[in-house]
Amino acid sequence: MRRNLVLGGTLTALFALLALLSFVWTPHDVTALNIGGKLAPSSAEHWLGTDHFGRDMASMLMVGARISIAVALAAVGFGMALGVPLGLLAAARRGGLVDEVVMRGNDLVFAFPSLVIAILITAVFGPSVWNAILAIGIFNTPVFARVTRGAALSLWTLDYILAARVAGKGMLRISAEHILPNIANLLVVQATIQFAVGIIIEAGLSYVGLGAQPPTPSWGRMLAESQTMISFAPTLALYPGLAIVTMVLGLNLLGDGLRDALDPRMRRVRA
Amino acid sequence: MTRYLLTRIASLLATLLAASLVIFALLEVVPGDVAAVMLGLNAAPEAVAALRDQLGLDAPLVTRYVTWITGFFTGDLGTSYTYRVPVAELIAARLWVSLPLAIYALALSTVIAIPIGLIAAMRTGRPADSAIMGVTQLGIAVPNFWFAMFLVLIFAIQLRWFPAGGFSGWDKGLWEGLRSLTLPALALAVQQASIMARVTRSATLETLDQDYIRTARAKGLSRTQTVLRHALRNAMIPVLTILGLQFSFLLAGAIIIENVFYLPGLGRLIFQALTQNDLIVVKSVVMLLVFAIVLVNFVVDLAYAAVDPRLRARA
Repeated sequence: MRRNLVLGGTLTALFALLALLSFVWTPHDVTALNIGGKLAPSSAEHWLGTDHFGRDMASMLMVGARISIAVALAAVGFGMALGVPLGLLAAARRGGLVDEVVMRGNDLVFAFPSLVIAILITAVFGPSVWNAILAIGIFNTPVFARVTRGAALSLWTLDYILAARVAGKGMLRISAEHILPNIANLLVVQATIQFAVGIIIEAGLSYVGLGAQPPTPSWGRMLAESQTMISFAPTLALYPGLAIVTMVLGLNLLGDGLRDALDPRMRRVRA
Repeated sequence: MTRYLLTRIASLLATLLAASLVIFALLEVVPGDVAAVMLGLNAAPEAVAALRDQLGLDAPLVTRYVTWITGFFTGDLGTSYTYRVPVAELIAARLWVSLPLAIYALALSTVIAIPIGLIAAMRTGRPADSAIMGVTQLGIAVPNFWFAMFLVLIFAIQLRWFPAGGFSGWDKGLWEGLRSLTLPALALAVQQASIMARVTRSATLETLDQDYIRTARAKGLSRTQTVLRHALRNAMIPVLTILGLQFSFLLAGAIIIENVFYLPGLGRLIFQALTQNDLIVVKSVVMLLVFAIVLVNFVVDLAYAAVDPRLRARA
């Protein structure tokens, strides 16, 4: 299915480019309020109309993409940085105490939905974008640990690993030199999936006020603000939602496409 | 089976113990003086001292932890600072909204997902399959709270079939109660059903490759009979696992959805408590949610072992 890869890659790249472009150019200034021109319909000047403060919707969506992408990406980085070494270690010491501790730790984190982690962090430190990154990052960690461990375990039984052991390489060196490069494909696919999950979770967190704080525009916050106006200005809720759906769909297709392209036998692991 | 059960129970208790310690440490140890946090920056020292006394915060940490956990099982969770009623009472009242909502959503997703997944598996590669795969791919990408907003716009504001929010209460009859939970449950079900339909499809496809399916066909069963009697039953194992895994997403989704529909459930309670710094309420509601997730996964594991004897032997 080359189609998935191309379509998913294009959609993802499009959003990434729009987010990057928003740093240097947006059709209109998102900080400029123009109450007189509020809730304007789509026009040549405002492609997607304006919101309740007269801000250009297209520009808001471009700037909003930054937060969604940044948070989800940072959370994937967090989860990989912690989860992959833990998974490698557990596989290297399979059946031992370290393995047991990592796996039980996984079970523990799995018992906390990311929203509940965010609630706990917010109760202690107050709401912020960093909390959203931390909450989604913690949620991602056991996913990467489990995928890494599972894939690494099957590699440890192979002959070339045995050869490396006979050659006197230690557990850590084998993990870094032989195991990690061979599970990189799998990790890339999983990272794409967690990226998509992160976008949805971030939108939810911002929507309930646990993520990006005003005045930072984010897709989730735009949805929260549009809720009371949905009966007379449904497009305010429509566009940010469509942005989320398109971005997530793109990432999921990209994940499927990458999986098929990198290894047809690979089965999708969805946490 | 006994040995399997015992190891599972031990791991269940260990997870719960660890989870409760994490929650307790985060909400009672990290903030320092809980009473000061709850009352805010401008609180009078006497008020803080009084609250400390009321919450028993001067007792040693171990005593406080033990009191909380035993209270969790005896139903004494202290008194909410903002609501001035026992926390257990608050939670019990809210459970009557959240629990039916979760069950309703789960039932809806199962009823939608399994037939759809089966149809896709039986029509694999045909237009029906492609359509189902496309729709479910979309369903996974749709944030439930956004979908909920448009359900409200169409079915509550324009068609007026269902209330736009709030909960009528069960005392007005089952139907009225269900009516206020229908849109929220539907919003929650979309993503769940999409994932479950895809898992049902792939699990069924996998069982259709098995020898016993060919045997069943060879002895004269029709394709539909074979799928319903043999394939579906075996395909239910992965579906069950996903159901367990998805339960925590369902709960998290319900917390957000309750806020979209102003439903007086646990999700709204936890947010109200959060904005009012009522850590006592936050602590116990979070513990209850985690308890529910761990318990559901435990039950799924057991169901799993009951369905598939191979898993019992392995443990």
